[in-house]
Amino acid sequence: MGLTKQSTGHNALKEMFQVKSDSPYDFIVALAGNPNTGKSTVFNQLTGLNQHTGNWPGKTVTNAQGNFTYKDKKFILVDLPGTYSLFAGSAEEETARDFICFGKPSAVVVVADATCLERNLNLVLQIMEITDKVILCVNLMDEAKRKKINIDLSLLSRKLGVPVVGTSARSGQGLEKLRETIYKTAHGEIQPAPVKLEYSREIEKAIEELTYTIEAAAGISINSRWTALRLLDGDPAIQKSINDFLGFSLIENKEIVQKLNKARLMLKENNMNTDSVKDQLVYTIVRKAEELAEETVTFHNKDYNQMDRKIDNILTSKAFGFPIMLGLLGVIFWLTIQGANYPSEVLAGVFAFIERKLTDFFLSTGAPDWIYGILVQGMYKTLAWVVSVMLPPMTIFFPLFTLLEDLGYLPRVAFNLDNFFKRACAHGKQALTMCMGFGCNAAGVIACRIIDSPRERLIAIITNNFVPCNGRFPILITLSAIFIAGSGLFSSFFAVLVVLGVIVFGVLMTLFLSKLLSKTILKGMPSSFTLELPPYRKPQAGRIIIRSILDRTLFVLGRAVMVAAPAGLVIWIMANISIEGMSLLSRCASLLQPFGNAIGMDGYILMAFILGLPANEIVIPILIMSYMSTGVMMELDSLDALKNLLVNNGWTWLTAVNVMIFTLLHFPCGTTLLTIKKETQSKKWSLVSFLVPTVSGILVCFALTQIVRLAGLV
Amino acid sequence: MNDRLIPLNLLPLGQFGRVRRLSAGGSKRRRLLDLGLIQGTQVEALCKSPSGDPTAYQIRGAVIALRSEEASCIMMEALKEE
Repeated sequence: MGLTKQSTGHNALKEMFQVKSDSPYDFIVALAGNPNTGKSTVFNQLTGLNQHTGNWPGKTVTNAQGNFTYKDKKFILVDLPGTYSLFAGSAEEETARDFICFGKPSAVVVVADATCLERNLNLVLQIMEITDKVILCVNLMDEAKRKKINIDLSLLSRKLGVPVVGTSARSGQGLEKLRETIYKTAHGEIQPAPVKLEYSREIEKAIEELTYTIEAAAGISINSRWTALRLLDGDPAIQKSINDFLGFSLIENKEIVQKLNKARLMLKENNMNTDSVKDQLVYTIVRKAEELAEETVTFHNKDYNQMDRKIDNILTSKAFGFPIMLGLLGVIFWLTIQGANYPSEVLAGVFAFIERKLTDFFLSTGAPDWIYGILVQGMYKTLAWVVSVMLPPMTIFFPLFTLLEDLGYLPRVAFNLDNFFKRACAHGKQALTMCMGFGCNAAGVIACRIIDSPRERLIAIITNNFVPCNGRFPILITLSAIFIAGSGLFSSFFAVLVVLGVIVFGVLMTLFLSKLLSKTILKGMPSSFTLELPPYRKPQAGRIIIRSILDRTLFVLGRAVMVAAPAGLVIWIMANISIEGMSLLSRCASLLQPFGNAIGMDGYILMAFILGLPANEIVIPILIMSYMSTGVMMELDSLDALKNLLVNNGWTWLTAVNVMIFTLLHFPCGTTLLTIKKETQSKKWSLVSFLVPTVSGILVCFALTQIVRLAGLV
Repeated sequence: MNDRLIPLNLLPLGQFGRVRRLSAGGSKRRRLLDLGLIQGTQVEALCKSPSGDPTAYQIRGAVIALRSEEASCIMMEALKEE
């Protein structure tokens, strides 16, 4: 028998979308929709998975999939990237389109925003051209109600010819109905009969010419009317996907070519070329969406979005736009630094208590010193440091940041900053990927998929590391608190200013290097770009806290802990194995010493950064251990003690500044590097991503150190 | 209405206009059309970024920011009142 074209195509794509299941499933259901329609919330409500949602376009950066069981059937739900259209050509749009076309889902749920239905219908109509099994989920009905927008769902359903379910996914309203509708549609109990879009007489005739020939050549595995349209509008990317799926090239089929030429000739006689055909296809869809919206949506309050406009006029104004941006960031950091102080101390106290107990225990059992050293001095202490220093700021920082995300503020940041990115020949959405980088650079690198121009996407990937991630914040905060802020009433205020300064410096470096890359190895002009400013939404406090703690804090902390323990082990061993009277650690450090000195740091600091490659969170604990193992052991129960330790090891304010700069500008962590490799599929660009920040860090630190030393300031 | 067309980037803030034609081609055209910017579509200029560019427009119920490079390809007929 062998494999049919159809099955190999199907399987290849299945692999591509990684529809995986450990148990048999009955139906595959795809979830499509515009960005920022609450698609992820619908996904989470249906599957119970915690996919992170945020109020900015392009949040679903990877295909998530989950499953749910309704009645006796098991459904696999594939969350497609949010797209406005299936035509415009970004990687996300291709993924979504290919899955809908070739993944053969048993149903496609299209999530639409009730407050902006017309725009969303564009995608709905496009999907309805590909497959019959469409369910329209009009989400955010609660928001629409608040804005006094009324939608006649049953009329919409009749007009579209597909089932329409209204939901308010955040509160879970309408989800049961949606499940039932999915079940019935997948089963064939409901058979949607999507309204057919009628094009002009000439185009319809051309479609007719082609449809039969395509059906004869490709069978029923592909929608022939849709394929005919794609051949007529001549989009090479879509045709390539179709050819890959079918396993042969449509335009190499003699009959199809013949018919296509005939159709084109006929259109030409009617004064239509490929471009005007394309135009007409889009016109027809946009007009239909307009017509449907006019018939089914009533605005009882014409000024429903006046509030949003007023807020926008302040948040993006010349006078307040930038101050508010920096101010908000500053407030977040201040709350984080200030708020984390006390719980950090308490945690440190608890860990110290446990350490004493552990010590007593090891003493009483008479275990050998080295076991005690490895387990307690090495692994336990590193772990305790990472948890007590990182957990409190993260539990404060992440919810606050998520709050801004939920409100819809981040796209405004991109809007405010776009001109700078344009001048740096970069993409405006780079600002969004940088915001993601604050949480985790690996996530930021993945988020770069929302940038559709390959050149600008690479720039965004390479420079993402210039935004300090959550693993690096503690280093910045700790050092600015002990070396620059000093003590006193305004200490935390100064610490915030310093951290803000570092971030602004990082942004400037990003812009500078984006420009540099655009003028050298990634030559090109900024490509076209559009950015949606979604409506502001009332964030849900409880959910935010739970979600950001569960999704982000625990994830990031978990990763740090996983790395901290083994790193503690390695460093303890290195510090305690001596060769000719000198520990391995000291040997390595002394090798690096001259170089470290030239850039205003020392060998131990460089060692800490190198050993911190798996996760930046452990740089400081490694440093502390290295210094301690070379000197006298002491308890590190306060920032003052840490300051003493550092000063005793030759630190000046210049060292602290250099370490902070190097924290910002050095090679990405292991996870981020692997992610870059995966995203770019290129060793070369991974290497560039490694070198660009590292070299800039070395240069900046070197220049600063030499200038300060020449000026005799230290 | 007079027949003088202005590019969208020159439409004063707070004013409405109607799309007459797009002077872009290729994928840029596609992208603009996909936003619903077909002939006859009403657009309102809302606000400018503090750095001068891009500008936010109200297009078919959505707020979309366009850089001046894109907006200048959209030829508008200015409307005095809604």
